[in-house]
Amino acid sequence: MEKSLNLTLKVWRQAGPKAKGSFETYKVENISTDASFLEMIDILNEKLIGDHKEPIAFDHDCREGICGMCSMYINGHPHGPDGEITTCQLHMRNFSDGETITIEPWRSAAFPVIKDLMVDRSAYDKIIQAGGYVSINTGGTPDANAIPISKVNADEAMDAASCIGCGACAAACKNGSAMLFVSAKVSQLALLPQGRVEAAHRAKAMIAKMDELGFGNCTNTGACEAECPKNVSISHIARMNREFLGAKFKD
Amino acid sequence: MWLIDSSIGRKVIMSVSGIFLILFLTFHSIMNVTVLFSGEAYNAVCEFLGANWYAVVGSMVLAAGFVVHIIYALYLSILNYKARGTNRYAVTKRQEGVKWASKNMLILGGVIFGFMALHLFQFWYKMQYAELSGVPTGDFHPADGTAFIIQLFSQPLYCVLYIVWLAALWFHLTHGVWSALQSIGLNNKTWLPRLKCFANIYSTFIILLFIAIPVLFLFGFRPM
Ligand code: HEM
Ligand code: SF4
Ligand code: FES
Repeated sequence: MEKSLNLTLKVWRQAGPKAKGSFETYKVENISTDASFLEMIDILNEKLIGDHKEPIAFDHDCREGICGMCSMYINGHPHGPDGEITTCQLHMRNFSDGETITIEPWRSAAFPVIKDLMVDRSAYDKIIQAGGYVSINTGGTPDANAIPISKVNADEAMDAASCIGCGACAAACKNGSAMLFVSAKVSQLALLPQGRVEAAHRAKAMIAKMDELGFGNCTNTGACEAECPKNVSISHIARMNREFLGAKFKD
Repeated sequence: MWLIDSSIGRKVIMSVSGIFLILFLTFHSIMNVTVLFSGEAYNAVCEFLGANWYAVVGSMVLAAGFVVHIIYALYLSILNYKARGTNRYAVTKRQEGVKWASKNMLILGGVIFGFMALHLFQFWYKMQYAELSGVPTGDFHPADGTAFIIQLFSQPLYCVLYIVWLAALWFHLTHGVWSALQSIGLNNKTWLPRLKCFANIYSTFIILLFIAIPVLFLFGFRPM
């Protein structure tokens, strides 16, 4: 049933990458429980623009949980308190009337703030550029089932491929580690025949890039998995460790 | 060198040194419980692990294991603190399913280390060190471990302190055991819950063996 909420928002405002940021408090009224979290921010921004104030800058694009842009740390959780969703899929019915909601950007050395809630997540793109692709010529489309792939591997690869590169894993990690993301990308390719060929080189190249960009060392807390909107499992991290160690011992 | 330069390499060192320390704890705890059955048998173990060359070499390897584990623990923790950036979250919540121990390994390690210094002074210094140096540092013969145990644990304060220490160690191990295997890649979807369960059982087993001594002493038990 639709109801409406009056809320207090504590939002991180930061004019630019070098500027010092701080929290600003805003009141929003009559927000429908059917509204999405981003719609609620849109309403607040309309009001700010009407008052000739600077609207809150935040990233968003698809608004249906597939692009991974909507990075916001809401009440201590990336993408808010609800599980297995992105911020754009978060509904206001998860909050109660009169509640104070704290909204922060991702805070990780490798994801510097650009403005307000917007962070530079290109570090993840650089890791992909370092090896998250298949560069061999696989020829024309082969006959279906010409190369048998086990159901287990196909499922695991599919689960890994569901990663949308949103950055919640590194944002939630107390060590600022990107292992869940990198391991999803390494696994998705290593589990299938086309990607298998370059698996060792790929793992080494992507991990080297990840370390170079200043992401932390994984201590297996599992916070990433708990916050991942796509439920990517830390068992992919074990697979990547295996790939990497196998490659290093072969060298 | 990839064991220093790469994050996964560093974790391998952490994991291997951790597993080595767990193996040591396993032997240590089994040897300890002999004192509950016979003071003489325990003293025979103390005699065997006194100033003999193999016991000295063993102790040195063990000390090296600790040094490596602690240096890497500090190094990794500093790197991880930096990776988090200068701005901290104003609101943080622990996620469901994320264990407290897994986020506080350094603090737990610090507690373990502090009590370890006390423990080395109370036992190692009066036993192996006394035997090696020839200087009698304790009140009894260096191989009379049973007498040292009775002397120390007749004081309830020390029983309680050792119980606290072992509790911290238990927390460190419940995360450490499965995490060490995950770090070297020995894990997958099916084994993840099993390894977590195994970690709890194994840590509880070791700590029960250790903790039996101060607990029983607290309730008035004395070895024969
Ligand atoms: C008998 C004593 C100890 C045992 C059996 C032990 C065992 C372990 C194990 C198995 C791990 C997991 C490694 C991994 O995840 O790959 C670990 C992690 C850790 N230990 Fe220990 N440890 C001991 C003492 C210490 C001490 C004295 C310190 C500290 C100063 C310490 C600090 C840490 C830290 C910070 C971690 C987490 C590091 C990481 O996962 O990257 N430990 N320990
Ligand atoms: S692994 Fe999950 S949390 Fe990390 S980037 Fe991919 S989808 Fe986001
Ligand atoms: S805006 Fe695309 S995932 Fe949220």
